[in-house]
Amino acid sequence: MTLKIHQDHSRFKQIVRGKIKANLRKYVQKGEMLGKKGKDAISIPIPFIDIPRFKYGHKEQGGVGQGDGEVGQQLGPGAVEPGEGHQAGQGEGDHALEVDVTLDELAQILGEELQLPNIERRHNEKIVTQKIRYTGINTTGPESLRHFKRTYKQALRRQIAAGTYDPNRPIIIPMREDRRYRSYKLQNLPETNAVIIYMMDVSGSMGDEQKEIVRIESFWLDTWLRHQYKGLESRYIIHDAVAREVDRDTFFHTRESGGTMISSAYKLCRDIIAADYPKSAWNIYPFHFSDGDNWSADDTRQCIEMLRNDVLPAVNQFAYGQVESPYGSGQFIKDLREAVGDTPNVALSEIADKDAIYASIKDFLGKGR
Amino acid sequence: MPKSLTPRLAALRDEIHGYAKEFGLDFFDTNFEMVSYDEMNMVAAYGGFPTRYPHWRWGMEYEQLSKGYEYGLSKIYELVINNDPCYAYLMESNPEVDQKLVMAHVYGHCDFFKNNFSFRHTNRRMIDDMANHATRVRRWVDKIGVEKVEDFIDRTLSLENLIDQHAPHIRRNPDPKKAEEEVKANERVEGFKVGREYMRGFINPSEFLDSQRKRVEDEKQRAKKFPERPQRDVLMFLLEHAPLEPWESDILAILRDEAYYFAPQGQTKIMNEGWASYWHSTIMTRRALRDDEIIDYADHHSGTMGTRPGAINPYKLGIELWRDIEDRWNKGRFGKEWDECDDLRARRNWDKKLGAGREKIFEVRKHYNDITFIDTFLTAEFAMEQKLFVYGFNDKRNSWEIMDREFRKVKGKLLQGLTNFGQPIIEVVDGNHENRGELLLAHKHDGQDLKGDYARETLRNLQSLWRRPVNIVTRYDNKGAMLRFDGTNHTEKKVDL
Repeated sequence: MTLKIHQDHSRFKQIVRGKIKANLRKYVQKGEMLGKKGKDAISIPIPFIDIPRFKYGHKEQGGVGQGDGEVGQQLGPGAVEPGEGHQAGQGEGDHALEVDVTLDELAQILGEELQLPNIERRHNEKIVTQKIRYTGINTTGPESLRHFKRTYKQALRRQIAAGTYDPNRPIIIPMREDRRYRSYKLQNLPETNAVIIYMMDVSGSMGDEQKEIVRIESFWLDTWLRHQYKGLESRYIIHDAVAREVDRDTFFHTRESGGTMISSAYKLCRDIIAADYPKSAWNIYPFHFSDGDNWSADDTRQCIEMLRNDVLPAVNQFAYGQVESPYGSGQFIKDLREAVGDTPNVALSEIADKDAIYASIKDFLGKGR
Repeated sequence: MPKSLTPRLAALRDEIHGYAKEFGLDFFDTNFEMVSYDEMNMVAAYGGFPTRYPHWRWGMEYEQLSKGYEYGLSKIYELVINNDPCYAYLMESNPEVDQKLVMAHVYGHCDFFKNNFSFRHTNRRMIDDMANHATRVRRWVDKIGVEKVEDFIDRTLSLENLIDQHAPHIRRNPDPKKAEEEVKANERVEGFKVGREYMRGFINPSEFLDSQRKRVEDEKQRAKKFPERPQRDVLMFLLEHAPLEPWESDILAILRDEAYYFAPQGQTKIMNEGWASYWHSTIMTRRALRDDEIIDYADHHSGTMGTRPGAINPYKLGIELWRDIEDRWNKGRFGKEWDECDDLRARRNWDKKLGAGREKIFEVRKHYNDITFIDTFLTAEFAMEQKLFVYGFNDKRNSWEIMDREFRKVKGKLLQGLTNFGQPIIEVVDGNHENRGELLLAHKHDGQDLKGDYARETLRNLQSLWRRPVNIVTRYDNKGAMLRFDGTNHTEKKVDL
C-alpha cells in the first residue's frame, strides 16, 4: 500500500541528499563522523534543515520544570529538551537534525560529487555464492517460518465456506490444515570479490595527526570500494623497519619509534597476495600511506623493483598516499613518480592536511580501476 | 486507507459516548476511524489531517515519528481534528482498554473545541479547506515546478509565526488603494477655477499655488508612510504590499489561513490536554473500566502524566489544575474570606461544602485560554504541591540547573513562556523605510534576545519576499541593534532606542 506521505518522504530524503552533497567536503574531513558509524548506516548532522524563525535562544530563555531538588541542583543530561521547555508543545529543537544515511548511499553521493568513474572490473570470472530466497508458500514447514497472514487468511476462507464466521464476532481460529509456511529456494548469485591491503608507516615521524588523516581517508576508500564490490576483504599491514600484519584496531593505534623500511611492507604485501589472493579471482587494491621518509635509497630501489616485478602485475591499482609530517622529507613519492609514475595502474597522492583528503580521494579513485 | 470501526469497537464507542453525554460534555458529532500505525504516523505528520499540500517537512516529521515508533520510543495515542464533525483516529493494533481511553479523551477535546471561546472563529470545515489548499498547491506545482513552489513555501514558513496570535478573527486592513484615491481628489494644485484670465494672478497667487503643491507633496509623503500603526500580522502586510506573483500570493494566503487555524490550539494547549485527560480519567475510572483492565489503564495513564525535570507536561499540569479548581470550588476555597485567612489549620480544614466544582470547571473551559487560566488559577499552594521550579542555564557549569522555587517567579516564567507562544513579538513599523521602499520590523524586546543566526536566516527569507532590503530593530546585550539584509549582505548597526 502506498501512502500519500511517501511523496513528501522521498522529497525529504532527496533534500537531505542534496544537503549532504553540498556539505560533502566538510564531512569528508571530519573524523568524529566515523564514530557514529553503525553496521551499514551513518548518522550525519544536517544543519539548517529546520526552518529558521525569529525566536529566542533556548539557553538564554530557560523555563519552568517540575520535580524534586534544591535550588542550584543540576538537572541531568537530557532532562531539558531544547526549545520545548514550557512552551507547551511548540517543540523546536536547537540541535541539528541527525539523519541516517546508508553507506551505500553515501558512496553514491561521494561518487556523484567527486565524479568518480565506476570501477572497471578486471576479471570476468565470477565467484558464485549461494543465497536463500524466500519465494513461495508451502503447507508444511518449520514453525519458525509460519506465514501468519496467509494462515489466518486460509482459516478465514475455511470459516466462511463452512458458515462458521460471524462478522459481529470476528474471531478466527486456524486449524492444523490452515497453516502456511514460507518456502525457500537456493539461488546462485555471481559475486565479484575484492581485497584492500592497507599499509601504513608507523615509524616515529608519523604522528597522531597523520594517522587521523589515514583513518579518515581509508574510511572513504572502504566505503567506495564496498559500494563497487559486494564481497570486500581488508588486510592491514603496519611497518617501521619491519612489517607485520595486524587487525584493524591495531592498525590505527600503533605507534613505533624505529626507522622506516618501506620494502618490508611491500614484501609482506607481495607474500599475502601470493598466498591468499590468486590474480584470477580477486580484484586487489593495495593502499600505502607514509610520510615518505624512507631509510635509504637502496631500500627505495628494492621497493620499486618489487612493485614492478610482483605487485603491479597482480593488482588492479596500487596507490600511495604521502601524508605530510613535521619530519618527513617526502622523497619517496618523487622516487615513485620517476620510476612508475607513468604506469596506468599506479595512483599517487600528496595529502598535506585534512583539507586535502577530498582531492586525494579523487586521485585514488578517479582512474576507475 | 482508514476503515470504519468493527462492531465491537462501535459498541464501545456508543458506550463511551453515553458516559460523555451523561457527564454533560457537549461536542460536535465525532467520527472515529481505524488506521494502521503507518497511517497514524502519516496523519500525525500532517498535523491530524488526512490531506495536506505537498511539502518535504511532512516527510521529515513522518520519518521521525516512524523511527520513534519502530524503536519503541514513542507512540501516538490520540489525534483529533477541530472540525464539525470532529475526526479522530484509533490505531488498529491497540488493545481495547487503550481504545476506550482514547475515545474518552477525544470526547473531552471535542467538547473543548466546541465550547472554548478561542475556537469560536476557527474554520469548522477545515478538513475540506485543507484538501482544497492541497489541490491549489499541487496545481501550482504542476505549473511552476516543485522546486520553486517548495522553495517559496520554505521561505514563507520561516515567517509563519509572524501573525497576530491573539486577534480573535482575521480582519482586513483598510484598503490602501482607496486611501490613495482620496489623496488624489485633494490634488488642487491647479488652484481655484478662474473665469477671467486677467484675474488669475489675484485668485491664485504663486505663493498660494506653491503652498498647495507642498501640501499635496506632504500628503503623498504621509500616505507613503504605511502601515499607519505597527502591524503584528506581518503575513497580511506582505500579502497586501509585497510584489508577489499571483501564485506566490495564493500560497502565502494558504499558509496564513492554516497558521490562524492552528493558533488557538497553541493558545490552549495546557487547558485542552488537561481537560481531555480529566475526562478520560473520570469516564474510565467512574464508568468504563472493567476490573481486568485496571492495571493496563493505570500504566498508560501514568505514562501520559509522567514528568521530566526540565519540561512542563501540559497533560499533567492541565489535569492537576482542573482538579484543583474543582476541589477549591467544591470546598469554597476562594473569595475574600479565604484569601484573608492566615490560620494554617483553618485553611487546611476549610470546607464549606459548596459542591460548585463541576459547574465552575465547565464555566472556566468556556472563557479562558492558557494565559488567563494560569494567571487566574495557579496558586502558591498549587505550585508548591506540584513542585514547580524555574530552571536556567549555568554557563560556568555548562549545565541546566534549578534556579528558583519562588511562586511569583515560577508563575512569571510560565506566563512569559505562554505569551505569544513564547515567541518574540514582532511588528511591521514601516513599509517605506527611509523613503526607499525598505521594510522595517521592530522586535518588542521583553528581556530576551533573539537567536542571532536564526534571525539572520529569517531576514534573508523575508527579503526574498519583499525584494527590497529588510531591517529589524531589536536589542542585544541591552543595546539597540538594527539587523539588515539587503539581498547580498547582512549588516548590523547600533541604534538608540
